[in-house]
Amino acid sequence: MSETFTLQNIIAIIVAIIGAPIIGGILSGVDRIISARMQNRYGPPLLQPFYDFFKLIGKERITVNQTQMVYVLGHLFFSMVCIIMLVLKQDLLMIMFVLAFSSVSLIMGAMSVRSPYSKIGAQRELMQMMAYEPVLLLMVVGIYLTNKSFMISNILENGKPLLFSLPLVFLAFLYVLTIKLRKSPFDFSTSHHGHQELIKGLTTEFSGPQLAIIELAHWYDLVLLLSLISLFFANPLWVGIIIALVSFFLEMVIDNISARLTWRFMIKLTGVVGVGAAMTNIIWLYLK
Amino acid sequence: MGIIEKSRKKSPWIIHYDCTSCNGCDIETLACLTPLYDVERFGIVNVGNPKHADVLVVTGSVNKRSVRVLRNIYDQMPDPKAVVAVGACACTGGVFKECYNVLGGVENVLPVDVYVPGCCPRPEAIMDGIVMALEKINEKAKK
Repeated sequence: MSETFTLQNIIAIIVAIIGAPIIGGILSGVDRIISARMQNRYGPPLLQPFYDFFKLIGKERITVNQTQMVYVLGHLFFSMVCIIMLVLKQDLLMIMFVLAFSSVSLIMGAMSVRSPYSKIGAQRELMQMMAYEPVLLLMVVGIYLTNKSFMISNILENGKPLLFSLPLVFLAFLYVLTIKLRKSPFDFSTSHHGHQELIKGLTTEFSGPQLAIIELAHWYDLVLLLSLISLFFANPLWVGIIIALVSFFLEMVIDNISARLTWRFMIKLTGVVGVGAAMTNIIWLYLK
Repeated sequence: MGIIEKSRKKSPWIIHYDCTSCNGCDIETLACLTPLYDVERFGIVNVGNPKHADVLVVTGSVNKRSVRVLRNIYDQMPDPKAVVAVGACACTGGVFKECYNVLGGVENVLPVDVYVPGCCPRPEAIMDGIVMALEKINEKAKK
């Protein structure tokens, strides 16, 4: 325990807490510009997500009930804990559990209000969690079978990239990334682009500073998920970062070329493609 | 100018409500979102949720049925907020002014900040109106 709180680690934590939302915000800005260009539009400025964020901070505070803010802060807190555990190269399995806590906080917040749109959005988000959690856990199991350890530090010390032993798990993770980032065709819990059928789904009843905090937590999650992609290609880490950015671009392309699916189809597809691919890979690791 | 005031000008999210419009103004309002005009380059996003919106864009004259909905939407928007009346009907009641069920323009119900005249106004005029509303939002926030 004494090794955890060295000066180096404390600096790493501070850099991660400040740096992750800046990187996440810029990536969201790039996402919006590239999406606009794909639709033959000019698109907003690069810093648009930050403008949105600060505007929301300055809006009037409207809370529907007393507990809502607690859940929103919980969502942010657990996302921050995930990032801190990542930079301290801690247990990957624990990160997945904390990430699940973060999502559950948001769902609880959406469930605590009486708006039917918010509740339907929360139920759809639960369905999404049901779909992606098994794949994330199988990914961790696959990494354990390869490295005989859950620790991220062991992944980074291992000279051979994880991808060589876990190619199908990586594909399953890319597929799950679309669900986790709420991109089309799986954007049905917040209806990111549409704004019609469910208004804003999960985030309907969050306004002003609360919405800003949810956006901040989303930036942390974005950085965390892209870092997990880059883990597959470490070492060297810069190859991993390039591959993570390429994957993010792929997500944008998928977001723009596909229409929204129903949650039933998502569950079936994830059961076959996600869990199927990851399981095949793990069985292959056993037999090897 | 503080960072929040600057951000308010850069990121107006609008909610569009059609009171009793003939759909002419609505089509012109939605035309602003098309690749030709692309209002997202000013950070303007058309949201469907009054709780996320900063600017209420109203088209058409107000009648006795739509006044409840209009007030409800306005009350749900968090401060600071602005109202833009788009088109002749929303400004004054237009050709429907004398109808027995029409209350007149939006100004009779809500405090309107910007009037965009025309039947129907061009998308450029609507964008100009929304940009003028942003100045008003910052003025209101100071009070």
